[in-house]
Amino acid sequence: MNNVFVYCEIEEGHVVDVSLELLTKGRKLASQLGVKLEAVVIGSDLATIGKQVFPYGVDVIHLADDKRLYPFTTLPHAKIVVELFKKEKPEIVLFGATSVGRDLAPRVASALQCGLTADCTSLEIGDHVEPKDKKEYKDLLYQIRPAFGGNIIATIVNPETRPQMATVREGVMKKEILDAAYTGQIKPVDVNAITSDAEYVVKVIERHIEKSKVNIKGSQIVVCGGYGVGSKENFKFLYELAEVLGGEVGGSRAAVDAGFVEHERQIGQTGVTVRPKLYIACGISGAVQHTAGMQESSIVVSINTDPKAPINTIADYTITGDISDVLPKMIKYYKKNSK
Amino acid sequence: MKGLRIIVLAKQVPDTRNVGKDAMKSDGTVNRAALPAIFNPEDLNALEQALRIKDNNPGSTITVVTMGPTRAADVIREAMFRGADDGVLITDRAFAGSDTLATSYTISLALKKLMPFDVVVCGRQAIDGDTAQVGPQVAEKLGIPQVTYAEEIISVGAKDVKIKRRLERGIEIVQSSKPVLVTVHSSAPDCRSRNTKLTLKYKHAKTTSELQAADQDYETLQKTRPFLFIDEWSVANLDAEAMKLGLNGSPTKVKTIQNVVLTAKDSVSLTSSDHDVDFLMKELIDNHTIG
Repeated sequence: MNNVFVYCEIEEGHVVDVSLELLTKGRKLASQLGVKLEAVVIGSDLATIGKQVFPYGVDVIHLADDKRLYPFTTLPHAKIVVELFKKEKPEIVLFGATSVGRDLAPRVASALQCGLTADCTSLEIGDHVEPKDKKEYKDLLYQIRPAFGGNIIATIVNPETRPQMATVREGVMKKEILDAAYTGQIKPVDVNAITSDAEYVVKVIERHIEKSKVNIKGSQIVVCGGYGVGSKENFKFLYELAEVLGGEVGGSRAAVDAGFVEHERQIGQTGVTVRPKLYIACGISGAVQHTAGMQESSIVVSINTDPKAPINTIADYTITGDISDVLPKMIKYYKKNSK
Repeated sequence: MKGLRIIVLAKQVPDTRNVGKDAMKSDGTVNRAALPAIFNPEDLNALEQALRIKDNNPGSTITVVTMGPTRAADVIREAMFRGADDGVLITDRAFAGSDTLATSYTISLALKKLMPFDVVVCGRQAIDGDTAQVGPQVAEKLGIPQVTYAEEIISVGAKDVKIKRRLERGIEIVQSSKPVLVTVHSSAPDCRSRNTKLTLKYKHAKTTSELQAADQDYETLQKTRPFLFIDEWSVANLDAEAMKLGLNGSPTKVKTIQNVVLTAKDSVSLTSSDHDVDFLMKELIDNHTIG
């Protein structure tokens, strides 16, 4: 069986978090299958890439370093990845489910005529029997993801085509260094041999990307507001509580869409997945698309004026009340009694 | 001035955004019959971008292409009510069970018949599959560049297209050669509503199948009022390889489906009284959840 590959997305010379999370998962999958873990890195100014990537247990880095390859545009990245995969024939390939991964992965899958599953929330190795012809397959990648607006969970497999490809959102997997001293090979990619002018027909003229201001994923306490918070102004109660408790503020998709809170703070299927020890849901109804992003929180407190809000069924504590009343009370008690 | 040729890819989808109590049966399975069929939301954003290109480039035409069962023609009609010029319904039993690869293969064959065009616009993703794969896969099969997550198609020139993209933490302005496939994000402006005159004009637009079902004479319709005739293409029209269609042409297989049932926890229910809030805070501090 051939190896597990992870496409590593670059931002300003650094590998982004979701790719490091996937390298961690890729390492586990590779070890389970008894194969190697290889990384594909395409961008510019990548001199320190070995130091960033090898500690995650990467055996080979395929490196394409060229000014024309950053910022990301589809065609050159796709051409390089497709040519590489035709040669190396990976068993499994993982991409982050970002605006890069969700743009690139389908293009690659189409060129290689293989199966791709988007936005997986879980990846496992397992066996499979095709119902039609009863053919047996061992050690396939189970690509598990929500579907139908998040109301069902589907397990998808690609029995016949290779590579088996999946995209995974940030925060779904945990990132963990395997061994700081781990080292492997760097195999440079000959960008000029593989790409020509035809690949560079899309040019980035302007780019205004803000640095990540918040680290919700890393916070142990999350205070998340939904549409029920009512307004951007009312979010001040959440910010105050979060500050006092030492946590971060998040928002459901409805709250983000309504402009109450920035997109970067969105928690849920189309936002980030969090696993804090304390999750305080304020005015959140708890649609499956949201709970998918926080259901592994250790303790869930739900504050809602509706005692029948769906999120209450997964909450450890529910308070029926208005956040403008309840949150100040919580802040007051905490200020008086915290150690 | 010669106008531009714009293709819009649209999909009719079950409305998965409002899967309320009626849509979920007591055993936890989805009652699809209870979900209304709608115009995929991001495809409406895409249609609006196409309409704006048409506004800015008089003489341009918009052809809406959709793949689905016979009633997906609704989507074409809806687009015509808002300003699209004509449409093609790609429909055939052989397409059933298509994953994104088989779907993009089928759609790309249809688009090859519609060439040349300047721009193909579609929504970034559909609300039933949520994969965002068909757009890029169609572009790959047509061998044209793609620009995804578009918030605005700023301009379409003689040689290139300028597009504003909405990314996770900011925006990007890109310039692409033509033809190009653009996928449009929900952050783009909403689609304009129906135009009364156009709605009256296209009210009776139908596909061959619909005309047959209604026992109407389509040959005359094609001659006298061709704008009311929605093209309908099946496998025969597309010169398709059977092995690449439907289930056969789909490398991804659904192994199992589980219904999402939130496991109820034993919750402690509290009121918003001082007493109850204090009780909660004390517990959280005592068990070291908060400091």
